[in-house]
Amino acid sequence: MTTTTNHARRGDTSTEGSSLPPRPHLPLGDGADSLPAAPPSSRRTGVARPLGVGLVGLWLSVLVLLPLAALTVTSLGEGIGGFWHAVSAPVALASLRVTVLVAAIVAVVNAVMGTLIAWVLVRDDFPGKRIVNALIDLPFALPTIVASIVLLSLYGPNSPIHIHLNATQPGLLVALAFVTLPFVVRSVQPVLIEVDREVEEAAASLGASNWTTFRRVVLPTLAPAVISGTGLAFARAIGEYGSVVLIGGNIPRKTQVASQYIQQQIEIDRPLNAAAVSVVLLAIAFVTLFVLRLFAGRSLRREEDAQ
Amino acid sequence: MKTSTTARIGLRTVALGYLVLLIAVPIVLILWRTFGEGVGAFVDSIRTPAAISALNLSLLIVAIVVPLNVVFGVGTALALVRGRFRGRGLVQAVVDLPFAVSPIVVGVSLILLWGVDGWFGGLERLGIKVIFGLPGMVIATLFVTLPFVVREVEPVLHEIGTEQEQAASTLGASTWQTFWRITLPAIRWGLTYGVVLTIARALGEFGAVIMVSSGFPGVSQTLTLLVHSRYIDDHNTYGAYAAATLLMGLAVLTLLGMTALDRKRSKT
Amino acid sequence: MSRHTRLALAAAATVGALVMTACGGGGASDTVGGDAQNAGAKTGTINLYAYAVPKVGYDKVIPAFNKTEAGKGVQFQQSYGASGDQSRKVEAGATADFVNFSVEPDITRLVDAGLVAKDWNANQYKGIPFGSVVTIVVRKGNPKGIKDWDDLLKPGVEIVTPNPFSSGSAKWNLLAPYAAKSDGGKNPQAGLDYIEKLVTGHVKVQPKSGREATETFLQGTGDVLLSYENEALFAERSGDPVEHVTPPTTFKIENPTAVLTKSKNYAKAKAFNDFLFTPEAQKLWAQAGFRPVDPTVAKEFAADFPQPTKLWTIDDLGGWKTVDGTLFKKETGAIALIYDKATS
Repeated sequence: MTTTTNHARRGDTSTEGSSLPPRPHLPLGDGADSLPAAPPSSRRTGVARPLGVGLVGLWLSVLVLLPLAALTVTSLGEGIGGFWHAVSAPVALASLRVTVLVAAIVAVVNAVMGTLIAWVLVRDDFPGKRIVNALIDLPFALPTIVASIVLLSLYGPNSPIHIHLNATQPGLLVALAFVTLPFVVRSVQPVLIEVDREVEEAAASLGASNWTTFRRVVLPTLAPAVISGTGLAFARAIGEYGSVVLIGGNIPRKTQVASQYIQQQIEIDRPLNAAAVSVVLLAIAFVTLFVLRLFAGRSLRREEDAQ
Repeated sequence: MKTSTTARIGLRTVALGYLVLLIAVPIVLILWRTFGEGVGAFVDSIRTPAAISALNLSLLIVAIVVPLNVVFGVGTALALVRGRFRGRGLVQAVVDLPFAVSPIVVGVSLILLWGVDGWFGGLERLGIKVIFGLPGMVIATLFVTLPFVVREVEPVLHEIGTEQEQAASTLGASTWQTFWRITLPAIRWGLTYGVVLTIARALGEFGAVIMVSSGFPGVSQTLTLLVHSRYIDDHNTYGAYAAATLLMGLAVLTLLGMTALDRKRSKT
Repeated sequence: MSRHTRLALAAAATVGALVMTACGGGGASDTVGGDAQNAGAKTGTINLYAYAVPKVGYDKVIPAFNKTEAGKGVQFQQSYGASGDQSRKVEAGATADFVNFSVEPDITRLVDAGLVAKDWNANQYKGIPFGSVVTIVVRKGNPKGIKDWDDLLKPGVEIVTPNPFSSGSAKWNLLAPYAAKSDGGKNPQAGLDYIEKLVTGHVKVQPKSGREATETFLQGTGDVLLSYENEALFAERSGDPVEHVTPPTTFKIENPTAVLTKSKNYAKAKAFNDFLFTPEAQKLWAQAGFRPVDPTVAKEFAADFPQPTKLWTIDDLGGWKTVDGTLFKKETGAIALIYDKATS
C-alpha cells in the first residue's frame, strides 16, 4: 500500500498500482521499461498544479480517508480496552477465524486451480476455448448477490443434484472460489504466454521429466504472478459479503464471516463492536496487500538487475 | 515442455470440470429456472413497477458516479503521473484503499461519518439526508469504484510521456487546449476501460449500498437490493431469479464491452 | 473517453430505461410507491416502515384502502425488516409517515424521540390493529414429535429464532415459553432457567428478523422454527414443506401501528391507520393469517384461529416497560444477559 521510497525517487509508481486492481489483461510489472524521463518541473499539466492537487486531495479525503477515520475513532470510543473487549468477544473472534481460514483455503484452491486453468488456456487447444476464456471474467462482471443466488440454485435446498452446501463452510468456499476465480488465472495467463519455451525444451532435451521441468523451470517464472493473484484473491475473500449472504447461513462460530458479524452488530445497535471488528478486517487486508507490494517491488527489482 | 496427450487431456478435464461445476452449471440452471416458466413470466417479473424503478435507480447512480469518477479519476491520475508533490505515496495508497476495504466496512464507515450520530451528523439536522438517501448510495458507490479510472488511466499517461504536450504548449496552446487536444485523445481507451469497470461495479455493488439504503422498493432499492429483497422479504424466489438474470444480462453486456475494448486497445 | 462515447453510453442507458418504463404496467407483483421524483405531490405518498412479515397483509389492505374515499390515489412506499432495526432507522432519520412494529418498545423509542405522539395508543384497541400467537413450526410430518415447550429441550433439537436485539419476533418467541414456565411471571427463575437451556443448548443461529429466520429454516437449517402464527400460515400457504404446532400454553402477540407527527402526509397516514381498524380491513388481516382485534370479525374467523388452552399476554407480565427493562434491556436485562453469554 505504501510506495517504496526508491520507486518514488525514480518517479515510477504505476507498476505497483497496476498490480492491485482486478485488471485482467495487464501482467504484473507491465510497462515498467517504457517510462519516459521525469518531466521538467516547469511544464506541468494544469490539473497537477497546486490547486488541482489540493482538489484531488480533498476529494480523496472526504470520500475515503474521513469515513475510515470516523471508523477508527469510533472503534476506540471506549479506549483500547473497549476495542480489545469488542474484538476478543468469542463470536467476534470466531467470525474472524472463520473468515481467515476460509479465505486461506480459497486462496490455495485458487493458486492451484487458477494456474492449472491458465495453463490449459495458454498451452492447450480445444474447441470452445475462447468461450471458456471469456467465462473466466464473468465473476468480475457479475454482481456478488447474483453469484450468491446462482450458487444457491445449484447447491442450495432446491439442488437438482442433491448437494446441499448452504449454511456450511464448504458453501462459503464455493461462493468465495466463484468470486475470486479470475485473480490467479488472469495474473498467470499473460506471463505464461510470454514465457520462453526454449528453456523448457532445453530442459526436456537434457532429460528432465515433465514434472521436473515444471518445478524447476516453469514454476519459478510463474511464481510471482501466482503469488500476486493468490494474495489478491485472499484480500478479496476476507472482505466478501454479497456472495456469502444467501448461501453462508450466517451461523455464529460456524459460518458467520466477519463482514456478516459486522453487519449484525450494526443491526443490533452496537456500532463500537462493528467498528472494532471492521478495523481488524481492514488491518488484515492492508497487511496482505502490503506484503504483496513489497514482494512485487522486490521481484521487479530482481528482474531489472538481471537485465 | 511437451505434455503427453493423456496428461494434457487430464489437465483439460480437471480445469473444465472445475469451471463447469463452479460457473457454467449454476448459471445455466438459473437461466433454466428463469425462462422455464416462459419468457412472458420473466418479462412480467422484471417490469413490475418495483423492478423498473430499481433499474432506473441503478442507472441513475451509474449516471452520477461515472462523470464524477471520470473528472476526479483523470485529475488524480494526472496529479500522480505529472505532478511532483509531497505525499504522492500517500495518494497512491489512498487510491488503492477501496480494493482492500470490505463493502460492509465501507457501509459502516459511511454511517459513522455521515449518519445522524456521525461527524457530519449536522447535515442531517439541516435537512440534508445522506444516509438512507440517494447521496449515501452514491457516496458508497463512489468509494468502491474510486480506483478504476485512476488505475486504468495512470499507466497510459506514463506511456505517452509529455513530449507532445510540451510541443503543443511550445506552439502556444493553453493548458486546457493541450489537455483536450493531446492528452484526452491519448488516454481515451484506458479511460473507457476504466469507465466500463466502474459501470459494472456500480451496477453490481451490494454490501456497501444495503448498509446505507432505506430499502424502499421503488425509491431506494437498486437492482441488487431488489434481488435480495425479493428473495428474503417477499419469499419470491422466482422474482429473485428473474432480477438476477436481468443483472446477469447487464454484466454480460459489460463483459462484451470489455472484450471489444481490449481488442481495440491492443491494436492501437 | 471521448465525449461522443460518453454521450452514447448515457443515451443507451436512457433509452434502455425508457423502453423498460414504456412496457411496464401489467403484472405488478411487488408493490411500490410510484416514481420517486414527484412523490407526494398531488395524491400523497405514505412511507411505511414495518417489521419483517406483515407485507402479506398490506398487500391485501392497501388496495382496499385505495378503494375508499380517503385512500383514493394514495401511494405507498413500503420497507420491511427487523423491527428493532427499522425503528432505529426511523429514529436515525429515515423518512417515515406510518410505522408498524412487532413490539411496543420500538414505537416507544419513537415517542421518546418526539417522532410519535404520546397518545398514539389512545384508541379502544390501544393502537394495535392485529396480532398473532407464538407458534412452533416444524418440518412436514413433525419428525421430531414436537408438541410443547418441553420438547424443544430434547437432545439434538436445533431451534431457529431470530436475534432479540434486532427482531421483535424473537422477543415474542422467548416470552412465550418464559411466561409458560414462570406461570405468567410469578416464578421468574423457572422461566429464565428454561430460556437459558433453550438459548445455550439449542439456538445456533441468529437471523436478524422473523422473515430471515423463516428463510433460514426453509433452507434446511434447524428442526424447529419459532415464529408468528401468521408467518407459519404464510409458509404453509406458499407450499413450503412445513407445519405448525401451537402449544397449549403460548403468548398473545400484539403488533402496534402509529403515525408520525412530523409526517408530510399526516392526514392520509392517519386515515390509513384508522382504516386498519375497520371491519373491512380486519377481515383482510384475518384472511392473511393475522388475528383480528375487532370482536365481530374475530368471531367470524374463530375457526381459523384456534384458541390455545392458556394465552398469556404482555400485560400479565406487567406490560412492555417492565418486560423490556427486566428481560431485554441491553447489558442488564436477564434474557439479554443469557443471550450475550451464549452468543458472544
